[in-house]
Amino acid sequence: MMQIICPHCGPRAQTEFVYERTVDSVAPVSACNEEAMQTLFTRGNPRGVDDEIWRHTFGCRAWMVVTRHRVTNEISNIRAVGPEALP
Amino acid sequence: MNGPSRPNSGQDISFTFDGTRYTARTGDTLAAALLANGIGLVGRSFKYHRPRGIMTAGVEEPNALVTVGEGGRAEPNTRATDVFVYDGLVAHSQNRWPNLSLDFGAIFGLAGPVFSAGFYYKTFFGSAKRWMFYEHFIRKAAGLGNAPREADPDHFSQRAAFCDVLVVGAGPAGIAAALEAAEAGKRVILVEQDDILGASLIRDPQELDSAWAKESADSIRAAGGHILTRTTASGYWEHDLVTLTQRLAEPGQVPANGVAQRLWHVRAGQVILATGFIERPMAFPHNDRPGVMLSQAVRTYVRRFGVCPGQRVVIATNNDDAYLTAHALKEAGAQIVAILDARPAPAGQAHGFTTFNNAHPLATKGSRHCLKSVSGIVDGITKSWDTDLLAVSGGFTPVVHLHCQAGGTLEWHDAAQAFVPAQSRQNVKTIGGAAAPAPVFSSAPVVPAKKSFVDFQNDVTLADVDLAWAEGYRSVEHLKRYTTLGMATDQGKTSNMGALARLAEKQGVAIPEAGLTTFRPPYTPVTMGLFAGAAAKDAGAHKRRLALYDVHAAKNPIWQPLGYWFRPRAYPMTGESLAEAAMREARSVRTAVGMTDVSTLAKFEVSGPDAVKLLETVCATTVGKLAIGRGRYTFMLREDGFVFDDGTIWRIDENRYLLTSSTGGADRMATHLSYVRNYLHPELRVSVVNVQEHYAGIAIAGPKAQSVLATLIGEEPPRHMSTIAARIAGVAVLVLAASYSGERAFEIYVDARNAEPVWAACETAVVGTGGCLYGLEAMEFLRIEKGHLVVGGEIDGRMTPHDLALDKMLNKAGGFIGAAGLTRPALSEAGRRQLVGLEAVEGSIPEGAMLVTPDGKSPEGHVSASAFRIMDGGSLALGQLTDGFLRHGEELIATSPTRGQRARVRVVAPHFYDVAGERYRD
Repeated sequence: MMQIICPHCGPRAQTEFVYERTVDSVAPVSACNEEAMQTLFTRGNPRGVDDEIWRHTFGCRAWMVVTRHRVTNEISNIRAVGPEALP
Repeated sequence: MNGPSRPNSGQDISFTFDGTRYTARTGDTLAAALLANGIGLVGRSFKYHRPRGIMTAGVEEPNALVTVGEGGRAEPNTRATDVFVYDGLVAHSQNRWPNLSLDFGAIFGLAGPVFSAGFYYKTFFGSAKRWMFYEHFIRKAAGLGNAPREADPDHFSQRAAFCDVLVVGAGPAGIAAALEAAEAGKRVILVEQDDILGASLIRDPQELDSAWAKESADSIRAAGGHILTRTTASGYWEHDLVTLTQRLAEPGQVPANGVAQRLWHVRAGQVILATGFIERPMAFPHNDRPGVMLSQAVRTYVRRFGVCPGQRVVIATNNDDAYLTAHALKEAGAQIVAILDARPAPAGQAHGFTTFNNAHPLATKGSRHCLKSVSGIVDGITKSWDTDLLAVSGGFTPVVHLHCQAGGTLEWHDAAQAFVPAQSRQNVKTIGGAAAPAPVFSSAPVVPAKKSFVDFQNDVTLADVDLAWAEGYRSVEHLKRYTTLGMATDQGKTSNMGALARLAEKQGVAIPEAGLTTFRPPYTPVTMGLFAGAAAKDAGAHKRRLALYDVHAAKNPIWQPLGYWFRPRAYPMTGESLAEAAMREARSVRTAVGMTDVSTLAKFEVSGPDAVKLLETVCATTVGKLAIGRGRYTFMLREDGFVFDDGTIWRIDENRYLLTSSTGGADRMATHLSYVRNYLHPELRVSVVNVQEHYAGIAIAGPKAQSVLATLIGEEPPRHMSTIAARIAGVAVLVLAASYSGERAFEIYVDARNAEPVWAACETAVVGTGGCLYGLEAMEFLRIEKGHLVVGGEIDGRMTPHDLALDKMLNKAGGFIGAAGLTRPALSEAGRRQLVGLEAVEGSIPEGAMLVTPDGKSPEGHVSASAFRIMDGGSLALGQLTDGFLRHGEELIATSPTRGQRARVRVVAPHFYDVAGERYRD
């Protein structure tokens, strides 16, 4: 069980979080049909670092992007997302 | 063979083994107590039912598996070496019939060649029927203990902990490491699976002894450290999380405070593994007889428990360590008949023992209960010795399980002929014997392979390894699966290295090149109850109660689970069945009026200047055209274009909307809305609040609903698909005019805390008008007849808006989630399943039935919901049918083989009642 550092709550057990999907599976809202389907169905599955969307569902319920190495589970970055995180 | 120096500190306690009462000393393991009572035969082997005795003194024990305890507390497959005797302990041997001494299953041993590696695959390759017949007998004959049938009366708890340093293993190395860390001010947890610290110091007193262990423990505690005994680090997970299983009571023992075991989740800053090593047996024919024991185990029984397992002892070794056993036995008064040392030259420890070099055991002779003689090869010449105990040491295997579970790599230690920990990506290091095992002499003696056991627990011999090799199983992973080597409760702790060496020898490669199987948690078996912890029985899932639960409960309804809730399915009158009650309730709605609790519907308040933008992203219909006070039906798509939920949208105010959706999909919808709001559209000026349980909901439906509502609110009720704010019984309510039943209907939403007076006023009005309450079953009848959809039934995640005939409602402007997915060509091709109505021509339509043509072989659709015409009788249903829109009028068979029911049906439009919708409009 990993330990994930919630940008709002600090380090918490993985069981408090829910994995949603990879960042690269989300098409931009403005994408054309073909690009949207390409993004949804043809996506990377790297044996290495990937950006993933997680939510602290059983905690503060905030969303975040977790940069995780998919073999070693090393988490190199966690970025808050949502209206509060906008520049 | 009672030992000469049983410790005087212990008290006499009694236990039973297979019904016979024996005496033990406190502090004895069951194995020590059995040996002290002269019991050599303890179990029967898994496959051949060979008589087996105690081989080890630790958790790696492959042979001495017993069931400890009675009733629901019974723990099968308990290692006799890993249970401490308490007064009244009850133990039974396993895998024998009628008893341990006379076991008919031993016939399998005579048929040895038949039951060699892969025998299941080779012997029972016939028809499945034959296998079904044999399986029964095989399962009975081959096996371990039986799981108890009764519920476990004890509790299992879970606890989370954090520390700077977690030390696993309280041998001298572990104690020293824990002491150092604790004195440096770190938060320390030291865990030990034994019930004492520094047990190996009793076996082998050095300059450090048990007194030092005790003093160190006191110092660790004084510095704030925690020491957990009878606690096993069973799993090493990501980011230095280690799970510990702590025994608060011995197997089968009534726990002092009701809690039998505790599961710890420990997140450690650093983990120090001082897990030591496990001695390896040697492979030679009949090496599994009671009386053959590992050398260090013999020493442990002599020095720690004061039990001498034999009086005339032969020792076989390839290393120095076994000579310590010779000394210990000599001190205990036993005679060392011979030491067979595999090494070619004397190593300098002989000390007057009769020692043979270049010597290896060749076979044993004896009875079911004990050993009588051992033969060996010395310089190629066979010799034989009368003996009652053979102590063997084939080298030492470091316990690297946790290191490997943590993702660490191993490297080959040639002098010790063992793998030792190398790199790790987690913050873990291994110290002590596990990191630096003692050197051994490597030799591959030529002994017959038959009956030379490698894996004692699974009855795998050298011959089985050879056979697997001969049959083409080259990889160690294949070898494991084909022979069952290294499986079951001991997970190959004593056997893996022996088999691996043989495989490498066959391959003609060095051992490290032959590879290793994966070390997986748990290190030792873990009781299932620990994983459930407190979440057992009624606490397994949370129960949510409706705001009006007490009101319903007083009417004694039939309850039905829906989402997280229980909702009334029907309110039967005395003597009524569910079907009768539901039909009476549905008729009341069709002819007069009925009311029901709809509080569980998902509800979201969406407000802000960009509310429409958010809703038009989530919903596939238009939203922006709604006037204030108006509402509409809507549905939502996944990105791939399939419908996943539906509901209604109400514009309460200029920038304020209420969105409802299905009960069962409530969590999913909440997550979806949150995802869209926070991840996809963080820039929108909108707030989404989940108000599902803030509001209680009451639906009133029927031809008289209009007048009932007018009385209740004292004003003109809203028009169909309109909403007004009003008061009922003095409480502010929101009234929505929407119909699920097909009749004129209203939904009343009220702050859940004030729901009871509103419900009471509604009930008085409804019942006073000749109506009644209705439950979910009647609601199903009503909505099926009307052709309304339900999420999970018709909306099953495989239907597009077109398949459900909802496509005319799609937002032409696009921009909603799923719009791109809908453009995929396959979604508009012929041959898709489409929503249809079904009318019974003959028989009653079974729910879940397949739809087939009268001459058809494969199903062309299925029945998603079936019901009866409420006023006229007759069976009808909704279903999905290939190209169903074009097949109205066709006759099909609805067949349910699992229910043994079938009906002839006619395909019709999915509207059986008031097709024009005149009854609910005003």
